[in-house]
Amino acid sequence: MNLLYSVFVAPFVDMATSPLFLVEVVLGGIAAGLMYSLVALGFVLIFKASGVFNFAQGVMVLFAALTLVGLMERGVPVVLALVLTGGVMVLLAFAIERLVLRPLINQAHIILFMATIGLNFFLEGFGEMVWGANVKKLDIGIPDRSLLVAGVQVNQLEMSAAATAGVLVALLAVFFQRTRVGRALRAVADDHEAALSLGISLKTIWVIVWSVAGLVAIVAGVMWGAKSGVQFSLSLIALKALPVLILGGFESVSGAIVGGLIIGVGEKIGEVYWGPLVGGAIENWFAYVLALVFLLFRPQGLFGEKIIERV
Amino acid sequence: MIYREAGQFKTSYAADEAIFPIIQDRWFVGLAVTAAVLIPPLAANEYWLQAILIPFLVYALAAIGLNLLTGYAGQLSLGTGGFMAVGAYAAFKIATALPWLNILAVFVLAGGIAAGVGLLFGIPSLRIKGFYLAVATLASQFFLIWLFNKVPWFVNYASSGTITAPPRTVLGVMVTGPEATAQARYLVAFSLVALFALVAKNLVRGRLGRAWMAIRDRDIAAEIIGIRPLPTKLLAFGISSFYCGVAGAALVFLYLGSAETQAFDINISFLVLFMIIIGGLGSILGSILGAAFIVLVPIFLTNAPHLVGLSLPVALLKQIELMIFGALIVFFLIVEPHGLARLWQLTKEKLRLWPFPY
Repeated sequence: MNLLYSVFVAPFVDMATSPLFLVEVVLGGIAAGLMYSLVALGFVLIFKASGVFNFAQGVMVLFAALTLVGLMERGVPVVLALVLTGGVMVLLAFAIERLVLRPLINQAHIILFMATIGLNFFLEGFGEMVWGANVKKLDIGIPDRSLLVAGVQVNQLEMSAAATAGVLVALLAVFFQRTRVGRALRAVADDHEAALSLGISLKTIWVIVWSVAGLVAIVAGVMWGAKSGVQFSLSLIALKALPVLILGGFESVSGAIVGGLIIGVGEKIGEVYWGPLVGGAIENWFAYVLALVFLLFRPQGLFGEKIIERV
Repeated sequence: MIYREAGQFKTSYAADEAIFPIIQDRWFVGLAVTAAVLIPPLAANEYWLQAILIPFLVYALAAIGLNLLTGYAGQLSLGTGGFMAVGAYAAFKIATALPWLNILAVFVLAGGIAAGVGLLFGIPSLRIKGFYLAVATLASQFFLIWLFNKVPWFVNYASSGTITAPPRTVLGVMVTGPEATAQARYLVAFSLVALFALVAKNLVRGRLGRAWMAIRDRDIAAEIIGIRPLPTKLLAFGISSFYCGVAGAALVFLYLGSAETQAFDINISFLVLFMIIIGGLGSILGSILGAAFIVLVPIFLTNAPHLVGLSLPVALLKQIELMIFGALIVFFLIVEPHGLARLWQLTKEKLRLWPFPY
């Protein structure tokens, strides 16, 4: 009885008695969720255009952040460092397309997935070899402290991350809907063969889409790096982004955002209100279970393409 | 010339359906098994047995288990580490609670418990497919590891949080615990792998294996020809988890001696997945070859600089190792996406015609 009370009643009583605290928790969840979305976006872009489940996205985030910090440590001004990092990510996209994707064309999805895990190992070793393995601080001029807005604690860094994510999504939406390249990308995502027959070069599209994913990785790397320092564990956020990805659907940009919000808020609320009941530290698996519950009702994620099965 | 089947007529269905229908294959396998039983315990030193052969056998067992699920039944799983952990902790609990029980029975019981957990986590597979399922199985990985970390009952309230293999004997010979010789542990591990590989081979040749392959190739078509997806998929999860559970128990009892949950983290899941992909999806032999490859490559990479007389700082070495390992995986996928088992098959085809290819 006591147990039932503490599971089903007490948390809601807590929420009702201190609504401001609830708002803080939800806001924190939204911010954290958008940070996950930033990583999940990279996955979605690549999956949409090439059907590759790119496990290396997390390491690409780490690699981008390492490159940026490494350049800044050597006295390169911020703007130039950002541009150079962007250049490095584009080069990386070219290399990946030429060395990994092109030879593996027409292979089963799982083979490509494995190849990106191999890429994951490679980039991890390469990044640390070039830039060193110690923890680095990334200072982008936004202090990581809380402000009191209308009685609610708000973290400045998290809010700017949220704003960045919003801007990024808007930019991507414009890019996909309004530009020539964006239309070509959507055509490829829709039907490879039809796109090819219209004269769209798949190779170019892949380079573009991996470059865009690389640029998104820079943004994610800057935000995560400013929050928790640039270090190896940064690549593990890929594991945080996966539940977001399956919740939102592999093919949907808006799914990545909504999924991120649901996971972020759900995780924070679960941890604050139900976590103590089971001894805490549930953040490792709670997101997965949450996503799993959604998947049982919509097996392709909230915004994923409906799976039409036929023999 | 040597390897040809001309003149070997089959006069019964049993002969036609044999696992190794060609007499040379039977000889080869018989010799290989005899050699594996006799040579390493006599000739190999402690380092070879402990650092290479025993982990290879343990991982081979896990790889066979995952191959049943992913290679034959087509259900991509990233929860291998979690299921191995279930086997290890279950074996520890059973072995310490029932000290009189034979350790081999403990392994089987632990596998059974892992199978039960696998069944439970296999339930979503009915609705969720492909990469969605792969990510969903990560839930089991993270949840199980968290559970074993959080609940002290699983480690018998040991303050260190580690499980340690208690000393046990088989036929009067110490096989687990600190006093067991590497030779004894090697032989137990080898018998486990040989026995379970044989069982797996027969499973996939039988009704169940064909049902799995039908589900893998086109699940709706399989359903239409009368294969019930739920029991088939669940059995795949259960049996695969049984293998992984036994492998997890063997990992702690025969190889590591004592372990924490870190021994079963997500990297193990990826490692075993690498083994079956490099070895060959849908092949028992491939699982074993893949395990050998993945166990040997890092050891080779660690030792290679010493061999050529190069001395590099440890951190740099580790990073180069990672890079080469990653590059090798990509290279292998490009050169032979069907794995080592396919290479073996091609070799046999060539050998049949050799030395008169026309």
